[in-house]
Amino acid sequence: MPDIYYTAKENFAGVIERLMGRYRVYAPVKEDRCHGFAPLRSAAEADLGFSNTRLSPKGLFHPQAERMFEYSLAKDDPQAGIVKEAQKDFSPRVVLGVRPCDAKAFDLDDANFNTETIKDPWWVRRRETTTMIGLACDSPCSTCFCTSMGSGPYDTAGLDVLLVDAGEGYAAEVLSEKGKNTLEVTSGWSPVTSAILPLTHKKKAAEQSIGIAFDPAAIAKKPMLELYNSPTWEEVQFACINCGACTFVCPTCWCFDIQDEVCGDKGERLRLWDSCMFPLFTLHGSGHNPRSQKTQRVRQRFMHKLKYYQDKYNSGPACVGCGRCVQACPVNIDIRQVGRQMVSQGCSCPA
Amino acid sequence: MQPCSESIREAAKRLLLEKRVDAVIGFRKGTVPFMNEPFLARTPEQAGQLVWDGNCAINLANYLPKRTGSVAIAAKGCDSRSIVIHLLENQIRREQLYVLGIPCQGMTDKRRIADRLNGRQVLQAEETGGKVRVSGRDFEQSFERADLLQENCAICTHKNPVLYDELLGQPVEEQQIDRYVEIGKIESMPPEQRRLYFDELVQPCIRCYACRNACPACYCPTCFVDESKPQWLGKTTDPTDTRTFHFLRAFHVAGRCTDCGSCERACPVGIKVRLFTMKLEKQVKELYGYEAGVTQDERPPLDAFRPDDPEPFLG
Repeated sequence: MPDIYYTAKENFAGVIERLMGRYRVYAPVKEDRCHGFAPLRSAAEADLGFSNTRLSPKGLFHPQAERMFEYSLAKDDPQAGIVKEAQKDFSPRVVLGVRPCDAKAFDLDDANFNTETIKDPWWVRRRETTTMIGLACDSPCSTCFCTSMGSGPYDTAGLDVLLVDAGEGYAAEVLSEKGKNTLEVTSGWSPVTSAILPLTHKKKAAEQSIGIAFDPAAIAKKPMLELYNSPTWEEVQFACINCGACTFVCPTCWCFDIQDEVCGDKGERLRLWDSCMFPLFTLHGSGHNPRSQKTQRVRQRFMHKLKYYQDKYNSGPACVGCGRCVQACPVNIDIRQVGRQMVSQGCSCPA
Repeated sequence: MQPCSESIREAAKRLLLEKRVDAVIGFRKGTVPFMNEPFLARTPEQAGQLVWDGNCAINLANYLPKRTGSVAIAAKGCDSRSIVIHLLENQIRREQLYVLGIPCQGMTDKRRIADRLNGRQVLQAEETGGKVRVSGRDFEQSFERADLLQENCAICTHKNPVLYDELLGQPVEEQQIDRYVEIGKIESMPPEQRRLYFDELVQPCIRCYACRNACPACYCPTCFVDESKPQWLGKTTDPTDTRTFHFLRAFHVAGRCTDCGSCERACPVGIKVRLFTMKLEKQVKELYGYEAGVTQDERPPLDAFRPDDPEPFLG
């Protein structure tokens, strides 16, 4: 039996306060109409009664605009022209209330930032110094399709602790040493000695409330060129206005651009979210653009998530089914629909 | 089904069968409540997918610039005005176009609906008469459609298309209304407060450019935001970069914006970007007596020069 702890909801503010005493704590905070992850100034700010945050927590590990390096260009500075790492805060922190889909996304993003051969130092360090406390999802949104993407409302991937709303209190399933330590130092948790049956039922009910969107394995099996050359893209791309909303809200879109900004004799090297939806993303120095057309860019986004990633890493898709892109798209391009079209591409099933 | 869906399908099928146009730009039913998808029907069969209801807010004129061939387009009041702007700015030729004009009763705002539902999720929505009936897992509720309109629709004074080849439906009554109540409130703020107000307004911006890209008036081959040799604008979320983007974008559509509201509707983080464009709309109206896209006989004032142009800034 896994390590499970319990705390009453009336004590939970105290738990958060004790966490805040030891860690920088980020949690969903209500901002205007939606929720977003923000550093807590008080325990009362944390609002766990959210469906999901408008932006995924990826920005906490891969900020939209990150100062990587700084340098001086002053003529009399002996250090001029030497690029130095910008100061960053790597003190221990807790991200509280991460939905399981979003936590799983970090595991998928590791394929880009943390591999045997390539390690992004800041991503790796942030991952190491952060304890991820998830919150299982009992009321998935109508746009959720995590179960189709190999995740689920109670998925534990990428988490150190999974909290489950148990009515009067929270049950906390410990998933790593880091998670265990975090709970131990914050006291207020009592061990649960027998399996909590209602939680198993809740998990099943949550999973069953999510429909099946499409089968990414069927896309993995299709020949890449057949999908690439599919006439489907012409239809999918029409509505697209080529904004970056889908990519910026996506927990698994990790692409970035690196730029220098100089003001006077001081300079900074910045890493900035970029989007494959923008023509500038692929514009070469020569002026040539291999993805100058909207169709190519739209195809790239879906092929990358649902086909190339699967082929390259021999894994599931680079999508966790959080449904944010479905909600954010101004023109209702729905990845579930696109996935189904990719699955049925080339089939001659009777209508 | 809305009676209007039927008339659009009928007209689209006819135009495609008669080979009057190569394709018809309209909407097809969306996959989530309060959303429809812009759709290009190329065959009479595809024309059968066209719909029209209160979720057709995105301005379809956005799909016209530099199109080749002939195309029919479903156009409500604001779309038709943006088409006029496109014609004046040579983005499309009149002879390429067949405009299916649609008198508009305003479009519903999904954020307004969400505000009233307090986190409860809509799974089904249906429009009948003047009502919108929504239902979810354990609730059902009905709203007056008029209470759910997008803000730009609530103050719209050009509901009927200004240009069309065929009008689908009966013209609707236009309203006489002060369009600038909100703008007046901001104008009356002391400068420092106004600056803070704008800073807070654009603070959530994620620089996805959905507002720009949903805008029919934004069609530059390379937007100033994407200029890279040299780069004109920083790509960070620093307030200076974000402000610059929003202010410049608004200035660029001054006298060309028809207040279709697509920018605000498209924004994934709900920024009221129309407050910028509306202020400029008001100024253009005050200075030049001009309303964008209402007539084909007059160019937008900022791309024309007249010796008697008002120049109050010269004092």
